[in-house]
Amino acid sequence: MLSFRNWGAGGDRGGAWFLAVLAVVAVAVPVFNQAVTQSSPFHLSAFGITLIGKYLCYGMLALSVDLIWGYCGILSLGHAAFFSLGGYAMGMYLMRQIGARGVYGDPILPDFMVFLNWKALPWFWYGFNHFPFALVMMALAPASLALVFGWFAFRSRVTGVYFSIITQALTYALMLAFFRNDMGFGGNNGFTDFKEILGFDLHSDRVRVVLLVVSTAALAASYTACRAIVQSRAGRVIRAIRDAESRTRFLGYPVESFKLWLFVFSAVIAGVGGALYVPQVGIINPGEFAPINSIEAVIWVAVGGRGTLYGAIAGAVLVNYAKTYLTGAFPEVWLYVLGALFVLVTLFLPRGIVGLASGRGDEKR
Amino acid sequence: MTVRDKRLYLEDLTVSFDGFKALNKLSLYVDPGELLCIIGPNGAGKTTMMDVITGKTRPDSGTAWFGRGIDLLTLTEPEIVSAGIGRKFQKPSVFEQLTVLENLELALSGPRSFPKMLRARITPAQQERIDQVLEIIGLSPLRASLGSILAHGQKQWLEIGMLLMLNPELLLVDEPVAGMTPHEIERTAELLRSLAGTHSVVVVEHDMSFVRSIARRVIVLHEGQVIAEGDMDKVQKDARVIEVYLGV
Amino acid sequence: MKFLPSGGQWVWTLLLAPWILFPIQAQPPTDAAFLSTLGELREASYSEKETIAERLSKTGHPSVRAVLTGFMEDRLCFRNSDRKVFLVKSNEGDSLNLADPLTLKDAGFASADSLTKIGTNNGLRHVLRTTIAHFALSSPDVSVRMEAVREMQQSLDEPTVALLRERSGVETNPGVKNEIATGLALASLDGSDPNARLEAVATLGKSVSQVVRNRLALLLENESDAKVRRAAAAAVATIDQWRTFYSAIETLFFGLSLGSVLVLIAIGLAITFGVMGVINMAHGELMMLGAYTTYAVQTAMPGHIGLSVLVAIPAAFLVSGSTGVLLERTIIRFLYGRPLETLLATFGVSLFLQQSVRSIFSALNRSVVTPEWMSGSLRLNDALTITYNRLYIVIFTLLVFSLILAVLKRTRIGLDIRAVSQNRAMAKAMGIRTEWVDAMTFGLGSGIAGVAGVALSQLTNVGPNLGQSYIIDSFMVVVFGGVGNLWGSLIGGMSMGVLNKLLEPYAGAVLAKIFVLVALILFIQARPRGLFPQAGRAAEDK
Repeated sequence: MLSFRNWGAGGDRGGAWFLAVLAVVAVAVPVFNQAVTQSSPFHLSAFGITLIGKYLCYGMLALSVDLIWGYCGILSLGHAAFFSLGGYAMGMYLMRQIGARGVYGDPILPDFMVFLNWKALPWFWYGFNHFPFALVMMALAPASLALVFGWFAFRSRVTGVYFSIITQALTYALMLAFFRNDMGFGGNNGFTDFKEILGFDLHSDRVRVVLLVVSTAALAASYTACRAIVQSRAGRVIRAIRDAESRTRFLGYPVESFKLWLFVFSAVIAGVGGALYVPQVGIINPGEFAPINSIEAVIWVAVGGRGTLYGAIAGAVLVNYAKTYLTGAFPEVWLYVLGALFVLVTLFLPRGIVGLASGRGDEKR
Repeated sequence: MTVRDKRLYLEDLTVSFDGFKALNKLSLYVDPGELLCIIGPNGAGKTTMMDVITGKTRPDSGTAWFGRGIDLLTLTEPEIVSAGIGRKFQKPSVFEQLTVLENLELALSGPRSFPKMLRARITPAQQERIDQVLEIIGLSPLRASLGSILAHGQKQWLEIGMLLMLNPELLLVDEPVAGMTPHEIERTAELLRSLAGTHSVVVVEHDMSFVRSIARRVIVLHEGQVIAEGDMDKVQKDARVIEVYLGV
Repeated sequence: MKFLPSGGQWVWTLLLAPWILFPIQAQPPTDAAFLSTLGELREASYSEKETIAERLSKTGHPSVRAVLTGFMEDRLCFRNSDRKVFLVKSNEGDSLNLADPLTLKDAGFASADSLTKIGTNNGLRHVLRTTIAHFALSSPDVSVRMEAVREMQQSLDEPTVALLRERSGVETNPGVKNEIATGLALASLDGSDPNARLEAVATLGKSVSQVVRNRLALLLENESDAKVRRAAAAAVATIDQWRTFYSAIETLFFGLSLGSVLVLIAIGLAITFGVMGVINMAHGELMMLGAYTTYAVQTAMPGHIGLSVLVAIPAAFLVSGSTGVLLERTIIRFLYGRPLETLLATFGVSLFLQQSVRSIFSALNRSVVTPEWMSGSLRLNDALTITYNRLYIVIFTLLVFSLILAVLKRTRIGLDIRAVSQNRAMAKAMGIRTEWVDAMTFGLGSGIAGVAGVALSQLTNVGPNLGQSYIIDSFMVVVFGGVGNLWGSLIGGMSMGVLNKLLEPYAGAVLAKIFVLVALILFIQARPRGLFPQAGRAAEDK
């Protein structure tokens, strides 16, 4: 029962298994795509790689939701906003990479700006032609939003369902804003038709494989970072806040500051997930901000088992696999299934699949 | 009274809620290391007094000093905690989803900010202090159990243990034995007695036999004022006390 | 009033004399006479057409006005095959939608080639306009007369002025009289006597109409007399002031009507949250059910559109209310005290309901017909017009609000509901069946959502996403007003509506929404528990 004190993977068997599975994915995908010939039934298609890559990015979103909800009791219904912001930052870089190869052939302005008759690049697009700058923005954009929003919300002690509703409104407002053409983010078409990343063709299998391996690494790194946080003494404080916020405050902990740190960090993970998502699926548009996306992310975590980091990721993969399958085979049924999942998991499976599978007590609830 | 410095000075405190005076020019002092019991009927102002000391309620007038140098009325709740005043609430409030050990660890004095807590490790000295407190509150065998599975009395002790981790100079204990079995009450009395001397302990309690078993000095509150003071025998013979409280 | 007009107007007087002498038709209208007169138009010359039009209007047939108006607008024609006369309602490409000139009912479609237009020229159209106006001026219906005078103010030629002058002596309704005076004043601005112009300006200064204002502004540019110019400038300023005032009132009213919808939704939310601490994410879908119920009721009774909306109100209450009770009994009651879980479970329910509606009614939007008594608008004056559907929704909201308040304050179940919300354990100890009260409360909140759906169906199309598009706004209202407080919902909803509409002209609808949201987040800094914070147990939980 004292396993949480140990730092080695041995004390956290689920986590160790999870990292092992990630490593297998990172090795197996390149092998089945590059080494197995196309004619073989074991060949992994570009579509398959993209699908797996997508799940991994969703895994990062799930991880970020679980970190604040499962461990700190903060239910954000707007986390997809951070995911999308990261995605947009990457999208801006990829748009600039298109250069003069767009339909209108403008060397600087992306197609949609030419279409809107814009003459110059808006200031907030400066620098996005440099990958390192874009890289920083992928984390900084979601982090800044989380910092400002969280500062206001936590400072005035907006908690529980209030917080959930306000975050939902936040992502809704962002969606409306990004739909506007004059925001300078491509309106309701968003960004698409990307060509290259760092000079490599995005449509080649080899680049897809590399992106997938990078996603695997990013997920593993995020997971490890989250685990380090929740197993540290700060992690204990965070769980204490979840259980009894005012009591924790009374012990002298600056609860608001803890929440803010965690919220910002979680937003960064979500943002990086979104940034990796965009080059793999090839599009980002304001629909990503839709409230339903954020709520779906919450259900991934609930299905997997909140308060277990790998559980959340497993939930993301499982639910999304089901979604891919059902929306393909029985599109009518998918929303019924999703709706039923929400109800059944909250009623009968409060600890998710992981809770069902293990009887561990220290990561209960 | 000696001329020795007091631990706590409360003078002329008045608190009113919608015209009702919960405290009415209340003045009382707590000596270092003493075990003081405060009794009084419901609405006498006991909880309000605790609230003022811990910064939860601000008085309309009066002063509250912790030792000679700390004006409690200017501090926030967490600042008062770090100044050395710990309070145990009536309702046990331990962290149910954390283990006994983790509960105590949270109460350890030391860094409080997120970045520092992220790196902080338990030092051998702190581990020793935790073990020591576990010993005092008698929960060593249950150190790895979740707070939620503890019995009522055990939760109360754990909470007192958490207060001890902060090593406060003044302990405020609100109705510690409510709902306890006789055996648990006996152990709680023992625990509080052992704390006096090294800490100033203020106990608010209804249970007369319990108060008799631990108190050296008893203060009776009524309508926000001190109406009697002294040892249990003296207080019980006081005519006003009998009238407002014991007599009923 | 002089009976005999002077100068060249005598032709008009002759032409119009019959109506001036015999204002309303003496003999009962006969369809046959009307039809045969109408038929004469097919071969008549332009000058003959004038007299035919005159005779047509003399029949006093109910559809005279429509037919003559159609004639004037070149929409009168006859079918080549049987030479039957029709009115053209609208044309879609080459095919024309026809109406029977007698009944004005739809007469199907025909191709343009198969019809011959009954032609008009300028002179004839002129005569027709006057004839129609005159016909309208002597209508027993005040609003028809009013409309006619307003129409005439747009083109004040001599015969029109003469006609107006005639009517100003006969007219009894003060409103119409006033409009006639305005028309005459407008006409005398063109006169040569400065004193007459000055007097006219004084009369016009009391108006708030855009037409008058523009005419006065024009006068300001061309007027030679300084006194008249000064008076005109003052009149324009006054009119502008009033128009600004009335447009502010109009914005306010728009805001209130938008707010009313939010209030209706928020009241239901306030009941379920305030009493039971449950955030019901399916609330929007319960509202959607109410809107679909309206659609279904209307489909079931196609002949009684006006009545169907009234029937839909209790029906929607029952449908949404019983769905709510079912929801409470099967899901929510197992989740009390766990608000975040309830939020997720009810969200699941909302997806389920949306998809069910898609399966049953298809994903396409359905439009609910607005009954006649709710369409049209109430014209308060020249600067302020209020549409009936919005007006009724504001009134309806206030009615529902008062009703809920009365139920909660005055009835036994209301007392039970309040008792349970304030102290569940105590209420239970007092013998209140808290479980039953929970179900009823949830049913009540859900039922109101259904009723809100009925109201909403009158403003917008009914579709599976109806609930989602309003729910976030209504949550904002609840947060703004203070969770679980009815008055908070009322004031919160109305102010959110007004704020939205105030910002819209400057920022556009989307930015206005964003501003409102940001304002709300800042507001919560100052009042974390809303305008009317709820005291008691529910407020203490997380």
